[in-house]
Amino acid sequence: MDFLMLERWSPYVVGILIGLLNIGSLLVSKKPLGASTSFMKFGGIIYKSFDKEKVKNNEYYKKNELKLDWGMMLVLGIILGAFVSAILSGDFNLIAVPDMWANEVSDSFILRFLAAVLGGIFLGIGARWAGGCTSGHGISGTSLLSVISWVAAIAFFVGGIAVAFLIYGM
Amino acid sequence: MAKKKDRTLMQGLVIGILFGFFLQKGGVTKYDVIVGQLRLIDFTVIKIILTAIVVSMLGISYFYPKKMVPVKTKPGSIKNATIGGLLFGVGFGLLGYCPGTIAGAIGNGYIDAITGGLIGIVLGTVIYAMMYGKLKEKGVLTQDKYSEYSLFHKIKENPFKFTLPFGAFLVIVMYLMESNGF
Repeated sequence: MDFLMLERWSPYVVGILIGLLNIGSLLVSKKPLGASTSFMKFGGIIYKSFDKEKVKNNEYYKKNELKLDWGMMLVLGIILGAFVSAILSGDFNLIAVPDMWANEVSDSFILRFLAAVLGGIFLGIGARWAGGCTSGHGISGTSLLSVISWVAAIAFFVGGIAVAFLIYGM
Repeated sequence: MAKKKDRTLMQGLVIGILFGFFLQKGGVTKYDVIVGQLRLIDFTVIKIILTAIVVSMLGISYFYPKKMVPVKTKPGSIKNATIGGLLFGVGFGLLGYCPGTIAGAIGNGYIDAITGGLIGIVLGTVIYAMMYGKLKEKGVLTQDKYSEYSLFHKIKENPFKFTLPFGAFLVIVMYLMESNGF
């Protein structure tokens, strides 16, 4: 079982395992992997605790059942699974500002925090607008041969690469 | 009924744990690896995604004609996948995680992920929910002929006729990347 303690596996091995996991998920749960919908439901549930009426009458939340479901458990599972993997290999570290950002942008946590909030907002809006994320479109939708998913996945990387070059230079 | 619901939740949790475990072992729960990909200096992310697509697509090709897996794809349009995708990309570059990998980054100990990143994503979805009525009213959220479209629906007799050569093409792309030092 030593391989469980390794810090890194080959990206091809990981890709094969994620591909098999997606097939397993389709076979067992009849659902493909995806993460972004759960953040929307999580947001709706929090928002509801502040203003029940507004969420009840919101056209978007009306389309979605706002309660604990398969997808939210999946996201909780991702946190747990990554934690277990990191602990097993001694790769768990509390990091406030990632090394690359600290070395090349700034080591201020406040700045990193604000960038993360702003980035998160774009990510949340974009994921809902496009109807999925790197998992839902990028892995699941592409392998289901959806043209929309291929377009979305390419747009994710075009936008991401452009901003990364803006931040870090060529 | 209650039992079935519990079972569904349990399946989600187990699949999620495996997904998170694999993502962490792949290194993609880390800001430096993800942004390394966006800066085109570390190709881990693309290698994982392309390999996962090849395996998954071939599996679906085998099980879909036997009616053992559903092929349900997302509604929408090329236009909105592009607009939403680019907005997502801006956030992806700025934050350095996506919705799946941010959950992994939280498990890996990244404080910027569990604080700013998580707040931002959740806030973004709330802002979208508030914009949704207006976007719909103005006719922005259209659906085109690719809404819920999947090529699998057209080639269900023998999907391998398309997916084998396409899979081989993606493998060749990865082979060329690897042999050129990416």
